[in-house]
Amino acid sequence: MASLWEYANPKKFIATSDKVLPWVGGLALVSLIVGLIWGFWFTPEDARQGASVKIIYLHVPSALMAINAWIMMLIASLIWIVRRHHVSALAARAAAPVGAVMTVIALITGAIWGQPIWGTWWVWDPRLTSFLILFLFYLGYIALWAAIENDDTAADLTSVLCLVGSVFALLSRYAVLFWNQGLHQGASLSLDKKENVSNVFYFPLLVCIAGFVLLFVALVLLRTQTEIRARRMRALLARERMG
Amino acid sequence: MIALLVRDLRLAMRAGGGFGLGLSFFLIVVVLVPFAVGPRPDLHASIAAGILWLGALLACLLSLDRIFALDWEDGSLDLLVTAPLPLEGVVSLKALAHWLTTGLPLVLAAPVLAVLLNLPTAGVVPLIGSLALGTPALSVIGTFGAALTVGIKRGGLLLSLLVLPLYVPVLIFGAEAARRGAEGQDYMTPLMMLAGITCGTIALLPFASAAVLRVTLR
Amino acid sequence: MSLQAYDITVARGGIAVLEGVSLTLKPGKAIVLRGPNGIGKTTLLRTIAGLQSPLRGRIEGAAESRVYAGHADGIKPTLTVGENLAFWAAVFGRSNISAALTAFHLEPLAARPAGALSAGQKRRLGLARLLVTGRPVWVLDEPTVSLDLQAVDMFAAAVRVHLAQGGSALMASHIDMGLDEADVLDLAPYRARATALHDFDEAFL
Repeated sequence: MASLWEYANPKKFIATSDKVLPWVGGLALVSLIVGLIWGFWFTPEDARQGASVKIIYLHVPSALMAINAWIMMLIASLIWIVRRHHVSALAARAAAPVGAVMTVIALITGAIWGQPIWGTWWVWDPRLTSFLILFLFYLGYIALWAAIENDDTAADLTSVLCLVGSVFALLSRYAVLFWNQGLHQGASLSLDKKENVSNVFYFPLLVCIAGFVLLFVALVLLRTQTEIRARRMRALLARERMG
Repeated sequence: MIALLVRDLRLAMRAGGGFGLGLSFFLIVVVLVPFAVGPRPDLHASIAAGILWLGALLACLLSLDRIFALDWEDGSLDLLVTAPLPLEGVVSLKALAHWLTTGLPLVLAAPVLAVLLNLPTAGVVPLIGSLALGTPALSVIGTFGAALTVGIKRGGLLLSLLVLPLYVPVLIFGAEAARRGAEGQDYMTPLMMLAGITCGTIALLPFASAAVLRVTLR
Repeated sequence: MSLQAYDITVARGGIAVLEGVSLTLKPGKAIVLRGPNGIGKTTLLRTIAGLQSPLRGRIEGAAESRVYAGHADGIKPTLTVGENLAFWAAVFGRSNISAALTAFHLEPLAARPAGALSAGQKRRLGLARLLVTGRPVWVLDEPTVSLDLQAVDMFAAAVRVHLAQGGSALMASHIDMGLDEADVLDLAPYRARATALHDFDEAFL
């Protein structure tokens, strides 16, 4: 009987992802090249922001993926807790550093964008602050995985941390919104992006977002494969000790 | 159950590190702040609420790794898990004992230290209120972090890394209530939010902590 | 209260160490586990005590009837001997600790902080804890470590009284403490063998 859970078998997962990976990776490369070239050279400059608006093609997709990576980790953690598929736990582990890097890209591009527009590299705007907190959650999650020797124990503990962390990340998001409104009247520094983006910018942006999604999928597949192989190597070594 | 609480309190008192250490740390932080920012009473008054909250949070963090680590090392935790007590109850009691030995003294000491930082008189009540409502959440969240890192050698730094992001909402609402109080604004909204978070963590987080402990001892 | 284990496989750190272990422990009986270091005695005892679950197989008998004593005694150095025992008695819903103090000759030490005890005295305190719990099935990991000959006799006597009262004991021990009523279970034949490589590829282990 064919079921989705078949792919939770490590062997089957590696075989399938081996076939899928070149396509996903290739598509990611193509859409990133097309999207970025289109965005950088073939769109007009913004009336108010000039050329600096073009960093949007890196900033928005990476910010989206920073959040989506955490959501993917949350889902994978839930699958591990409920169905105990090892691949799921390892996929969550594999996604964490990718998500963390996406968060850093979003923060850095945000700072570079903010400098000419807001006149400062960093403001404690709710959105920026939330991303910084998200980055801290990624760090804690990665550190906990690294600190525990037993793989199953690590998978269990990090899943619980991911669940609890998600609730607190959401709480922090609202807390930060409340806090900043309390500090500064009106969010004069935050940009409402929907208002700014017209179709000319919108389509290359979509291509870039697709590129980032595909890049994320490819990286996570690749890293999950690596994790599975590392895990198997540890199991083989343990088996050797058993004699 | 009560026996566990009594034992933990007794241990904290006899070991000497319990009541005194967190409180002394709190005092030192507050004393160091004017050295760092300069002798300007007006500046001290405006940052007093935030500094007191941050000091309380760090003092709380300082003693978290003792919640389970000692019991784990001497085997008591193994025995407690197999004892006829619900582990969720054990975890909640541990958090309560931590709050009584760390959080409560901080709340009581805060008004005295507030004088050192020139906190306006109007801000004292909201400061105590927010600390009294918020520090239990700090203990409960910290107990969860301690449960996560109990089996890890030198887990202290990791514990801080895991727990501090979880402290963000509590710190924001708590310090906001204290700050608004000091500035004579209405502070009920953040205080209610803080109370909500505290109630939520006390009600739900012990289940996560107990689940984590069961995994660690496996 | 009897304890039965059927065909259980136990794992340490996710790797099976003992497989196909079956045992029956009836009231009034004791079983001594034997086997070389590292074969998995502690893992088996922790599994039976309910601290971890077996990889395969099942364990019957109420988990609430068992009490575990491992390598560490769970003693708080800043509490006195009496306070340590009274705490564990209270946890198990009991209050009388004098019988336990007598059985292990701890009365003269009752008011002394447990941190000031010698290793053997600490162990005696750890074993006295078994008596205050009032649970019938003792699961003991190397109970005689650091005990002198006199204390070993003390312990053997306590076990005999416990068995006579309808209790039972499962223990791992290298030394012979003269318990004639105890059965010996050699664990060497149950050492887990590595699974075939084909099965192995299907999962990690």
